Amino acid sequence: MNARTDRMKHRPLALVAGSAALAFLIASAPAAAQNRDPAYAAARAAGQVGEKTDGYLGFPSTPSADVRHMAEDINIKRKAVYAEKAQANNATVEEYAFTSGCLAIARTAPGEKYQAPDGSWQTRGAGAPQRDSRCP
Amino acid sequence: MNSHELTNRARLARNLPMQGTQEWERGSTRQSAAYGGRFALGVLAGGSLALGGCVSVNAPDKPIVIELNINIKQEVIYRLAADAGNTISDNPDIF
Repeated sequence: MNARTDRMKHRPLALVAGSAALAFLIASAPAAAQNRDPAYAAARAAGQVGEKTDGYLGFPSTPSADVRHMAEDINIKRKAVYAEKAQANNATVEEYAFTSGCLAIARTAPGEKYQAPDGSWQTRGAGAPQRDSRCP
Repeated sequence: MNSHELTNRARLARNLPMQGTQEWERGSTRQSAAYGGRFALGVLAGGSLALGGCVSVNAPDKPIVIELNINIKQEVIYRLAADAGNTISDNPDIF
């Protein structure tokens, strides 16, 4: 009896927490896409830049000066993040960058470009991308 | 383990020093002579096998490379995966 009332007392709380988590998920999904610079988002969508296996952006085709500059700028920022996180996790920058590359390729949207393990550039389809066998 | 011990005991009890075939008695001179003979025969057989047999082992030309690098790396990748996923989510402007 006591346990039952206890459970009933907690049920509204769990409901509120659940709906709050749901609302957060709904709100955060578009927020992630919105945080990209419009030029970067456009270059990704157009396949002017793609995700390389090493965790950095690459160019499936010869880029314009603007696109190259933008991607190199992002790569510098990525490297800084990788270096900081690698040190915190007792790993090398390359290891952390490669792991991030695995995940970044997995998170590409259909139509975006990514690098396959053999080095070739692929367009992400509806299915899973070609990834290194070591990827999680 | 228990059954093993019990089996051994039963075997020893059957073969008392003054009884039976003395198969388990290593102390007696007759027995050790027989063992010696058998041993010599074994050495002879083994020797002839080694000399005249066709068993030959050649060292490979190339050095044996055990690619531990792959395993270590995969282990590291799996360790870092969760953290890297958070990093990508936390930096949506550059991923």
